[in-house]
Amino acid sequence: MVEVTLRPGIADPQGTTIERALPALGFERISGVRAGKSFRFEVDAPDESAARQEVDDLCRRFLTNPVIEDSRVTLEKVE
Amino acid sequence: MTARVGIVMFPGSNCEHDVAEAVESLGAEASIVWHGDSSVGQVDAVVLPGGFAHGDYLRPGAIARFSPIMRAVEAFAANGGPVVGICNGFQVLTEAHMLPGALQKNRGLTFLCQTVELEVVTDRSVLTAGVAVGTRLRIPINHFEGNYTCDEATLEELRDGQRIVFRYVDNPNGSVGDIAGVCNAAGNVVGMMPHPERASDEMLGSADGRILIGALLASAGASTPAAGAAR
Repeated sequence: MVEVTLRPGIADPQGTTIERALPALGFERISGVRAGKSFRFEVDAPDESAARQEVDDLCRRFLTNPVIEDSRVTLEKVE
Repeated sequence: MTARVGIVMFPGSNCEHDVAEAVESLGAEASIVWHGDSSVGQVDAVVLPGGFAHGDYLRPGAIARFSPIMRAVEAFAANGGPVVGICNGFQVLTEAHMLPGALQKNRGLTFLCQTVELEVVTDRSVLTAGVAVGTRLRIPINHFEGNYTCDEATLEELRDGQRIVFRYVDNPNGSVGDIAGVCNAAGNVVGMMPHPERASDEMLGSADGRILIGALLASAGASTPAAGAAR
C-alpha cells in the first residue's frame, strides 16, 4: 500500500477544513489533520527489497508530485 | 509569414477550440494536435489548452505528462520553440518538469470562475515580449487547482531570473508570491492559470487576452524563436 500525503509545511486546505468541522461534532481533542490518498496494488517481484525498489520508483515518478507530496510504502506478502 | 500554432488536445481538454478561435481571429493558423501523436507538425508555437486532461485523475497533468505528444513538445521547447500552457496546460507543464513548482487546491477549497486583474511582471517571455512591465490585464480564471506552490529556493530563483510572468493584483487562490504565471529560464516555455483566449473579444467582457496571444504570435513568427526569447 502507498500512502501519499502533502509534505510538512505545504498548506493542506482540505485537512484544515476537516479539522475546523470537528468541534461541532464533539471531537475536541483532535488536531493536526492532514488529508491524503492511498493506493493498493500487487507487485510481482522476486523479494521484498526488489518490490520496495520498484514501488519507490513508481512513487517518485508517478504517484507523488515530489514538489508537494511525500509517500509511505507498506509491503505485505500475498500468496 | 503567417504563424502556425499547434494546440494539443488531450482526452478531456475543453479549451482547444477557444484557443484556435482566438489565434485565428488574430490572423494566424491553428491546428489541433492529438495527444497520441508523436509529432506536433510544422508549427511555430505550441499551446497546451485548459480542461481536464485524462480526467485530472491522480493529479491534474500527472497522466497527460506521459502522453506520446509530450516528448515532441519537450523537443520543440528544447529547440527554443514557444510553448504556452494555459490552466490545465500549466499543470501539465509543471508535472512534466518543464516548469518549476506545482499547482495545488485553491486556498478556499472552492472552484473559482471569475475575471481577475493581472499585472505583467516581466517582458522576457514569449507571451509578454513587447508588453510593458506593469501592464494590467483583465483575464478570467477558471480552476480548482490554481494555487501555485514552490519552495523558497525556487521562488528566489524565479524572482532573480525574472521568471514570474504574471502576478494577481488581488490573489484569489493563495498562490505564493501572488504568482499567476511563470516561465522557464529561456522564456520560451510559459504557464499561466488565467485564460487569455477567453478574453479575446470585447463581447466576452475583455479583449486583453489578445495582447498576450498577439505577443505569442509575434514570438512564433520570429525566425529564431530561441534567440528572440533570450533577448
